[in-house]
Amino acid sequence: MSYLLKRIAFYLFTAWAAITINFFIPRLMPGDPVQALITRARGQMTTDAVQSLYVLFGLDKDESVVEQYFRYLGQLARGDLGMSFTFFPTPVAEVIGDGLPWTVGLVGFTTVLGFLLGTAAGTLVGWRRGSLADLLIPVTTFLSSIPYFWLGLLAIALLTGPDSFFPATGAYDTSLVPGFDLEFIGSVVQHGILPAATILISSMAGWVLSMRNMMVTVASEDYVTVAHAKGLPERRVMVGYAARNALLPNVSGFALSLGFIVGGTLLVEIVFSYPGLGLLLFQAVGAQDYPLMQGIFLVITLSVLLANFLADLAYLALDPRTRREG
Amino acid sequence: MAVITTTEATPVAAPAKRRRLRFVANPKATTGLVLLGAFAVLAVIGPWIAPFDPSERGGDLMQGPSGAHWFGTTHLGQDIFSQVLVGTRSIMFVGFLAGIVATVLSVLVGVTSGYLGGMGGEGLSALSNVFLVIPALPLIIIITSSLPETTDLTIALVIGLTSWAWNARVLRAQTLSLRRRDYVEAARATGESTWRIILFEIMPNLTAVIASGFVGTVIFAVISEITLAFIGVSVSSGWNWGTVLYWAQSQQALAQGAWWWFVPAGLAIALLGTALSLVNFGIDEFVSPRLRGGGRTSVKTVDGRTVRMRVGFTPVLGDGTAREEKP
Amino acid sequence: MSDAVLEIRGLNVDYGLGADAVHAVRDVNLTLHRGEVLGLAGESGSGKSTLAYGMTRLLPPPGVVASGEVLYHRDGGDPVDVLRMDHAQLRAFRWAETAIVFQGAMNSLNPVHRVSTQLTDVIKAHDPRSTTASRLARARELLALVGIAPDRLDSYPHQLSGGMRQRVMIGMALALEPRVVIMDEPTTALDVVVQRQILRQLVDLRERLGFSVVFITHDLSLLVEFSDRIAIMYGGRIVEEAAAADLYRDPLHPYSDGLLHSFPALRGPRRELTGIPGAPPDLRSMPSGCSFHPRCPRAMERCGVEVPVLGVPGDRRGSDRTVACWLHPVQDNRF
Repeated sequence: MSYLLKRIAFYLFTAWAAITINFFIPRLMPGDPVQALITRARGQMTTDAVQSLYVLFGLDKDESVVEQYFRYLGQLARGDLGMSFTFFPTPVAEVIGDGLPWTVGLVGFTTVLGFLLGTAAGTLVGWRRGSLADLLIPVTTFLSSIPYFWLGLLAIALLTGPDSFFPATGAYDTSLVPGFDLEFIGSVVQHGILPAATILISSMAGWVLSMRNMMVTVASEDYVTVAHAKGLPERRVMVGYAARNALLPNVSGFALSLGFIVGGTLLVEIVFSYPGLGLLLFQAVGAQDYPLMQGIFLVITLSVLLANFLADLAYLALDPRTRREG
Repeated sequence: MAVITTTEATPVAAPAKRRRLRFVANPKATTGLVLLGAFAVLAVIGPWIAPFDPSERGGDLMQGPSGAHWFGTTHLGQDIFSQVLVGTRSIMFVGFLAGIVATVLSVLVGVTSGYLGGMGGEGLSALSNVFLVIPALPLIIIITSSLPETTDLTIALVIGLTSWAWNARVLRAQTLSLRRRDYVEAARATGESTWRIILFEIMPNLTAVIASGFVGTVIFAVISEITLAFIGVSVSSGWNWGTVLYWAQSQQALAQGAWWWFVPAGLAIALLGTALSLVNFGIDEFVSPRLRGGGRTSVKTVDGRTVRMRVGFTPVLGDGTAREEKP
Repeated sequence: MSDAVLEIRGLNVDYGLGADAVHAVRDVNLTLHRGEVLGLAGESGSGKSTLAYGMTRLLPPPGVVASGEVLYHRDGGDPVDVLRMDHAQLRAFRWAETAIVFQGAMNSLNPVHRVSTQLTDVIKAHDPRSTTASRLARARELLALVGIAPDRLDSYPHQLSGGMRQRVMIGMALALEPRVVIMDEPTTALDVVVQRQILRQLVDLRERLGFSVVFITHDLSLLVEFSDRIAIMYGGRIVEEAAAADLYRDPLHPYSDGLLHSFPALRGPRRELTGIPGAPPDLRSMPSGCSFHPRCPRAMERCGVEVPVLGVPGDRRGSDRTVACWLHPVQDNRF
């Protein structure tokens, strides 16, 4: 399992790199980072906020950068991400904790579903090359060029309204008490359909295209010709031989582009006022809430790393060549 | 045999010229390039031909499209058509500058790590993988948020400096396979210097990959800049399509039915994105001819039916010559 | 011939359609007899692989079969034309009657499935009522047939050596006891020792199981050693066909002669290695007349004008060999 160990080491290293980047970015800016942020906020910062920044950066004590760094690592290890000043005095960790499940539910679910649906569609389009399905390509190109959030805006304008089934904002009916009852879950689903559909439509397109191209490439591999020569049923050749191999680069592509996709999907939350990390990030940017921004960046990065690791496991299961002989 | 279709020409004479012509003859690439050219022209002349100052307030508040205001007006009576026109320059500037910065970095990191191998190569490769898995957009947001000021230039630099990793990875893989080719081995054996080999033996074969990576980064940079403006990180840096959308969103344009406020900017983004993607398809099909469609794909077979050509079942033509019967 | 298994008549295979079509195989007539090894030789681009892919209808687009017949003689039944089969018939016919071993041992096996899966899926496809246990037993038997330990069933292709992979492919080809096995450069990627081991084994298997082989290669010396009859292809046509010994001893077509002198012979008297000057013709712009005439050391005026007909040459009256060359004009258009 040396492949797996290598990957784990890589993810640990990347997590460390992200944390270190997070620590150094404000300190690399000219002058006192807190002063820089205060200037940017144009005097709209409360004294509480300023104090919270000094604590976050460890500038309340007289410490060297190295000491600050290790204290920062210690803070992180205890899950302390500082104080949010949008939601003062709630700790950042708690604010993020409230938003994370919504994001994981919406973004996680739709990203994976979009990949699966797009790959399935790409398999068919690539296999039936030269048929009508190829006409879909320009449409999918156009769809994949539209920013996710703009499609969301369009969906809101066209599909929501006072009489519409689809609510324009939020993740559930605020008059309900959150819990695991049918009414609440129904409300969550009702609120989730439009944002989910928005992400699905724009993220699927890319997978359709890449899977189509891989299918076209794989269809002329020798083993596919052999499968035809063996007189195997068409479905078996398409799925077991062509798609099964075309899937591999698509899965590693999926792992690598998770970082890009997640960035785009966060904006859908903003448009739909969906109470996840994306909306929090938007609020944090609006209020110059630097601790919250940093916290969200870290949590998103770690989640993406975890998702990447899961995608690696999937690849490991799909490609025997990465497995070592026992 | 004089007519050789573009799909399967084997260039015998003047291959370079023929190949270049074939790229231009690709309908996808041509459409993309024409659209792109139109946007480039607008980026240059946009501010001059804009009928209004995009920030100037007017008397017509929240008006739909009309003869005076083609794309309608904002809540302050600003002309949205002028805002979109003027904003083109910023979009193209950031997109292309970020693309150039990222491409230069990716070539440096990718080709070096692919060619050198060993510890240095592995290290550079690990570095690009780190930048690849860290979500780019949140990273760009925290960097631009801690900058003392955001202008088109700083935004382009931040995007360029954070989005090179994908191309570096692709280039590294290509370089790794190129350096094992016979002609490169031969050049090394005859004692050519490393830089000569990289510049004259390897780089020419990476042109298409680099070009496609550049176009991809421009798409990413444009979307990122618009996103930054849309969530309010860089609203102060002047007009672009994202700023238009930011004001539309923050003034509840949707709730007021002011569709004209966000539709033109969004379509402009989609159109530019499509243009760039089309250029990239052109490059892809140019590099791997298998992806090309083209030519007749269905034939009439011997039993009178029309079938699609496909792998595994070669059609038997029906309109062919009469077969001679042998005793 | 009453013992013919496969008869190719007037086969034309093109790449592309209409005026742009490139004629890769032209008017080929060839008969494979029961139990024989028929060698098909020629330089790359001579159309020998296109012929194999065309007659089995495995040629990828833009390849099309322009015309012809490929008659397969079933035991005790009327011959069937492979080129007239619909997809379902073709699927049932493939592998059960005609199996193929492709060039490039490396890529013929699906990298993501175990050897056992790839050996059994073909049995399942053609005999859906077979049980899993019986299919596995057959797979084990097939590996034993080609000299591979049965514990290799659970291996993936990347865990096997190139020679082993090609053996697996040969075992797979025999899975349904076909009467014809087509081998397209089966051993090109392997080293010479393994190459000969595998071919030796194949010839033994043929004697035990009684199938016929079409053996396609550019390596004429291998054919001389392992095949019964040899057909030489040039520019999409068959230019000479003869018993292996006859062709080796007395090649009639200057191209056959050139090919024989391109390889050192393993046995027999030493020959001078001369090779053939020039390059194979571009299929897009074939020379007029005999397509070999620009490279032919013995070309005459007539060669550039008229296409020679394949037939029994007048100076070898009564023999069962044919040639298409103006040096040996045909006396009888029958074979």
